[in-house]
Parts: sequence; C-alpha cells; structure tokens
Amino acid sequence: MNTSINAEQEFDMLLAHVQQLGRDLIRPIAIDVDRDARFPKEAFDAFKSCKLLSVYVPKAMGGMGLSITQVCKLCEILGGYCASTAMIFAMHQIQVACIVHHCEGSDFFQNFLRDLVREQYLLASATTELGVGGDLRSSQCAVQVTGDSFMLEKQAPVISYGAQADFILVTCRKNSDAMPSDQLQVLVDRRAAKLDPISTWDTLGFRGTCSSGFHLQSSGHVQQIQPVPFADILARTMHPVSHLVWGSLWLGLAQDAVAIARGTVRAAARKNPATPPISALRLTEVDEQLYNMRANVQMTLNDYQQKLLTNDSEAFEQFSYALGVNNLKLCSSELLVEIVSKTMMIVGIMGYKNDSPISLGRHLRDAYGAALMVNNDRIRNHNSTMQIMVRDGR
Amino acid sequence: MYASTIRDILTKHARLPHDVNTLTLTDDLYDNGLTSLSTVNIMLAIEDAFDIEFPDTKLNRKTFSSIESLVETVTELLNR
Ligand SMILES: Cc1cc2nc3c(=O)[nH]c(=O)nc-3n(C[C@H](O)[C@H](O)[C@H](O)COP(=O)(O)OP(=O)(O)OC[C@H]3O[C@@H](n4cnc5c(N)ncnc54)[C@H](O)[C@@H]3O)c2cc1C
Repeated sequence: MNTSINAEQEFDMLLAHVQQLGRDLIRPIAIDVDRDARFPKEAFDAFKSCKLLSVYVPKAMGGMGLSITQVCKLCEILGGYCASTAMIFAMHQIQVACIVHHCEGSDFFQNFLRDLVREQYLLASATTELGVGGDLRSSQCAVQVTGDSFMLEKQAPVISYGAQADFILVTCRKNSDAMPSDQLQVLVDRRAAKLDPISTWDTLGFRGTCSSGFHLQSSGHVQQIQPVPFADILARTMHPVSHLVWGSLWLGLAQDAVAIARGTVRAAARKNPATPPISALRLTEVDEQLYNMRANVQMTLNDYQQKLLTNDSEAFEQFSYALGVNNLKLCSSELLVEIVSKTMMIVGIMGYKNDSPISLGRHLRDAYGAALMVNNDRIRNHNSTMQIMVRDGR
Repeated sequence: MYASTIRDILTKHARLPHDVNTLTLTDDLYDNGLTSLSTVNIMLAIEDAFDIEFPDTKLNRKTFSSIESLVETVTELLNR
C-alpha cells in the first residue's frame, strides 16, 4: 500500500518537473524550433539528464517502469508546450515499447535496454520506404545475413530526427527472396550506418521533428534483428502504442489552443461585464469537441492498459481491436484540426498573427500533419475492409 | 479433412503469387502475400462453404495465417 502511494507521489513529482521544463524551457524555444525547423536539442538534453528517455524501460532493467497510461500523460503535457518536441518524445517511446514488449528472450536486447537507461539513447524509426509509401506491412528492402553479420540498405524518405538519433529501427523483408509482407525489424546503430540525405523537411508543421529522408546503408551483428516477426510487433505494440501516444500529444496541442481561446474570452468578459461575449458560445462548442477527443484517447488507453495487465495477447490480434485503434487515430486527428480552427475564430486576428504572443499559427500547421502521418484515407480504406471482418464489434 | 476445401477456397480467393498446393499446412499465408482484402473473401467463402459464422474471437490475423489454423477453426466451429 505504502509503496504504491510512493510510486504515485513520485509520478506526481515527475509531472510537476515536466510541467516546469515545459514552461521554462520547451515553450520558450518552441518558436525557434518551428521557424528554423531545428531539433529541440535543449529539451532533449534536459530529458536525458532526468532519464526521461527510459521511462518505459522496466524497473528491473534500471528504467522508471512507467505504465503506458503514464507515458501518454507525459506526451499530453509536452504536446501543450511544443508538438514537435512531444512528437519526438512519443516516437522514441514507441520504439522503446517495441523492444520492451518483444525482445524478452534476447540477451542482446535486454543489455541494450540497460545501455539505453545509462546512455539515454534516442531511438528513431524507418518504416516508410520510397516506392511503398506509408504501407507499414510492406517492404522492398531486405536484410542480408552472412554468418553472424547483416547488411541492410533502405531508401527512407521520412525519418524523424534521423540525423540526431543514436539508433534507428528499420523494417525490411526477412531475406531477398521473401514476400514484401514477410518482414523483420532491425536495430541499426547510426554510428555504424551511412545516411545520405535524399530529401529535406521544410514542411507546414511538425518542423522540429526534422523528418528528412535518407538513403540508409547499415551493417551489424545478427543479434540486432528483432527476434519476432514485424507483423506481431506491429499488431500488439507499434500500432496501438503509436496511436495512443500520438492521440495524447494531439490532445495536449488542442488543449493549449483551447486554453489560449479561453484567455481571450475571459478578457472580453472582463472588458464588458454586462453582456457575455459571443465567443463564449464558440468556446463552449469547442470544449465539447475537446471532451470527445479526450474520451477517445482515454477509452482506448484504458482498454490497451487492461489487455496488457491481463496479458490478453490474443485480443490484440482481433480485427475488431485494430479497427478500434484506427478509429482513435481517425477521430482524434480530425478533431484536432476542427478544434484548432475554431479556436482561431475565437481568438481572432491576434491568433492569426505569427508574431503575436497568442498566435495559433503553429498549432494550426502542426494540426494538419496528424491526418497525414499514416494517411487517414489509407487507414479508412483498411478499416472499410475490416468492417466485414467484425461480427459484434467487441 | 477440411484442408482440401480450404485449399480450393484459397486457390480461388487468396490471390497468392504462387500455387496454393505448394504451401505446407503451417506456412504463413500473410508472409506468402495474403492481403486484408483477400482475407475478407476467404472468410466469406469459408462461411458459405461450411455454413458457419466466425465469432469475433476468431476474427483475427492468427486464424487466417495458415491452412492449419483455418482447418482447426472450422473444425472447432462445426463441433460447437
Ligand atoms: C510529422 C511526421 C513524421 C513522420 N515520421 C516518420 C518516421 O519517423 N519514420 C517513418 O518511417 N515515417 C514517418 N512519417 C511518414 C508517415 O508516417 C507516412 O508513412 C508517410 O507520410 C506516408 O506518405 P505519403 O502520404 O506519401 O504516402 P501514402 O500513405 O502512400 O499516401 C499517399 C496518397 O495515396 C493514398 N493511398 C495510398 N495507398 C492507399 C491505400 N491502400 N488506401 C487508400 N489510400 C491510399 C493516400 O490516401 C494518399 O492520398 C512521418 C510523417 C509525418 C507527417
């Protein structure tokens, strides 16, 4: 009993610390990070010094052993200060979860997690491939194994913080004879890889994620190949965790826009106490949508956490489960754009200005990225197929 | 005993790049090119052929991942 209270207090202290980092460090540099499309190095130096990159590594391996619910809370808080910083943090945690959940039997990966705790390695991901696009379950490149070593080459048009990461998890075919869907995931050491730039990252939003493209050429030891098929990693971990951490940081971003709007409504009410401002009605509408967005994330999160606790691995394989996770992504990415657009109406010209202290420009530009990172139409297409593969939807 | 019916259904609906009869009972169908769209058609064809309905607990990737698991599932549903 006592220990659980302590764990709770510890987490509350961590949240308070992250809030403080958000106020004092992350928000002040967010404008720079966005304008210059640069990596938020100061934020990640601070994260590393308080071991935030190993929050999801189990305590037995030296990590903080936070639950996915707690990791999502951190993403949500960060999303309120700088969505790029939050996105990098979230994407890193997805990769950590893929190793934590699927590499228990591998001494190499167990040691890697211990090293990650000590060195606070930053992990990136290269699933997208030139000529394949956003179809995660399809690869053209193949890992080539000779004896104890492997070679892997991939044309990756989007690798977030690829140049800053210490390791990159790369999806590929099992061998050069394998079908595109017969995939593995390989942990590539960036120092042992050659990354030749093939595309830039001058985008509308999420500019600080520095997601430019590379021709990646790498080699290493076969132990760096994750010991289970990528299909399993995707179904049980990468797919649900991605949409949960993304949904959480988008929630933080939407919440911040609503908070800015609320500030202007309050100011208007103060100025003219006799009549409530019209914008209060708009605010209440947008708050309803925020409520829905939060409920979406919360419901899917509770469900995932419950399945993890009961070790219900078969449930993750059900088409109805994948459909639900996709619904979370579709709903929250589209609510995000609606919410932020409506807050612009409430805040008015001061939100439209780039150089205003209550500018919503970055919020709006970031918001539009959510539907594209794994294109919503691709997801809807997939969902429409799965609708026929579901009986009761539960 | 249901394997040959299932092989026939796969031949017709799975749209794999190679002959279904060259696959063993345990070969992974997804690794051999099965797509989610073909999975739907296989499910519908199996439901019709055996006059069964897959419950949600069987509507997962594992069920459709090999001829063996399809045979097991059909057997289980027919014996209910
Ligand atoms: C901020 C951000 C960060 C990212 N970081 C990474 C990263 O770190 N690593 C990484 O690997 N990738 C990353 N991505 C890439 C991302 O996840 C997608 O894979 C990629 O953006 C897909 O690009 P696309 O739109 O060209 O391709 P597609 O998904 O191929 O879509 C292109 C168009 O084709 C349509 N389309 C194609 N196929 C289908 C289909 N089967 N059904 C329906 N419609 C279809 C889509 O609707 C869309 O209009 C990132 C993207 C963003 C926005």
